[in-house]
Amino acid sequence: MRRITMWILGTVCGLVLLLSYHTSLGGTRGDRGAQHADRDAGGVPTTGTSAQPTAGTSAISGDLFDGKVVQTRHGEVQVRAVISGGELVDVVVLQVPGGNHHDTEINDRAVPLLRKAALAAQSADIDSVSGATVTSKGYRASLQSALDAANFQG
Amino acid sequence: MGRRAWVEQIMNMPISIHLRGAGLASPEVERAVAEVFADLRRVEGLFSTFRPDSQVSAINRGQARPGDCHPLVAEVIELCGQARERTDGYFDAYLPRPGGSRWFNPAGLVKGWAAERAAGWLRALPRRGFCLNAGGDIVVGGSGPREGEPWTIGIEDPLDTGHLVATVSVPGGAVATSGGTHRGGHIVVPSTGVPAGELLTATVTGPSLMWADVFATAAVARGAGALRWLTRLPGYAGMVVRPGGAALVTPGWPAGASTALARPPDDERRR
Repeated sequence: MRRITMWILGTVCGLVLLLSYHTSLGGTRGDRGAQHADRDAGGVPTTGTSAQPTAGTSAISGDLFDGKVVQTRHGEVQVRAVISGGELVDVVVLQVPGGNHHDTEINDRAVPLLRKAALAAQSADIDSVSGATVTSKGYRASLQSALDAANFQG
Repeated sequence: MGRRAWVEQIMNMPISIHLRGAGLASPEVERAVAEVFADLRRVEGLFSTFRPDSQVSAINRGQARPGDCHPLVAEVIELCGQARERTDGYFDAYLPRPGGSRWFNPAGLVKGWAAERAAGWLRALPRRGFCLNAGGDIVVGGSGPREGEPWTIGIEDPLDTGHLVATVSVPGGAVATSGGTHRGGHIVVPSTGVPAGELLTATVTGPSLMWADVFATAAVARGAGALRWLTRLPGYAGMVVRPGGAALVTPGWPAGASTALARPPDDERRR
C-alpha cells in the first residue's frame, strides 16, 4: 500500500490537471504558481470524520489526511486521503479552483474520476515515480503531502 | 522495519524524502531531513531565475561576473562547462534568446546537482535507506540491514501521465527523466533555440543524479540519435519515448519489470 503513493499521485495529478485546465479561462484567484506554497513539512493528519470537505464528501470512515493548501495558477488546491486498515479507501478534493459555473461543472466531473483513478492504482507496487516536470506542481504538492502523511507516519 | 516520508515544495517542485529502517522518529533523522530541505532552499536562493535577488539573475543582468560569485555558483558554472563538453553541446546552460544573445540558465543541471548534494545528509544516516525525489528526478541509497534492497521506480508515461511506461529496480544510484514537450516544451536545441521535438522524454539511470539528468536533457535535445549516444556512456543506461509512444532502451538498461512494460518499437498505436 505505502509503496504506491507516488503512483497514485501521478495518476491523480494528471487527471486534476487535465480536467481543471479549462478553468484558466474563467476568473482565477491564484497567480504566481506554487512558489510561495506552505513551507511546513508534510500534511496534517486529522483523525475521525469531523472536518467538513467543501467539495466532494466521503461516506466511508477512516483516518483523514489533509494535504497542504497549494496555490496554483488556477487557484487553491487541497486534497484529502482517507485511509482505513492500511488501505487507501477514498480521495477527496477539498478545495479546487471555483467561482464560476464553468469551474464547478469541471470539478464535479473531476472528483469522481480522481477517486476512481486513485483507488484503481492500489495494486501497483512502486516506491516513487520519475517523470518530466510539467505544470502540475501545485496539484502534486497537495496530493503528495496528503498521501505521504497518510502512509508514512513515523 | 519502518518507513516514513516528508515532502516540501522548493524550487517550484515537490521534494519528497522516503526513508526506511528503524528509529525514523529519532532526532538524528529529523535533523538530517531538515538539513536536506535547508540545503535546497539555500540553493534556490542562489540559482533561481525567477528571483531578482539570486546570483543567477545578477549574472544575467550583467551585475555579477562569474569570478565574483558564491563558491557554489562558481562550481555550477564549471560543471555546466563540463556538461556541455560531455554532451557535444546538446546540454548548454547558455541558451539562445531571440535576437542572437544568450542567457545563463543552469536549472537543468542545478536540480540534479542540488538534490544529489542534499542527499549527502541522508547517506550519512547509519542503518537507513533513502529515496529522494526532486520533481521526478530520483536518487536512492543508504545502508543497513536492507542495504542493497532495491527501490522500485516507476517511469511516467509522457502520453498518459496517470500510467507508467516502465519500472526500474534501483539498489543505489539515480533515475532522471527529461522532456515534457507535449506540454509546451522546455528543452530547446542549444545550437538553434528551437524546442526539441523528436522525443517525448528520455530517462537515464546511473551512479550520479546530476549526470543522469544532464544526459537525459541532452538526449531529448539530440533527438533521433540519442539512443545510440546513450549506449556509449559508461555506467549509464537510458530509455527514450518517441512521439508515437514507443519506448526504446539501451542494451545496459536494467533487466526486470521494465522490459515487460516498455512498449516495443513497432507499437505506435497511440496517436
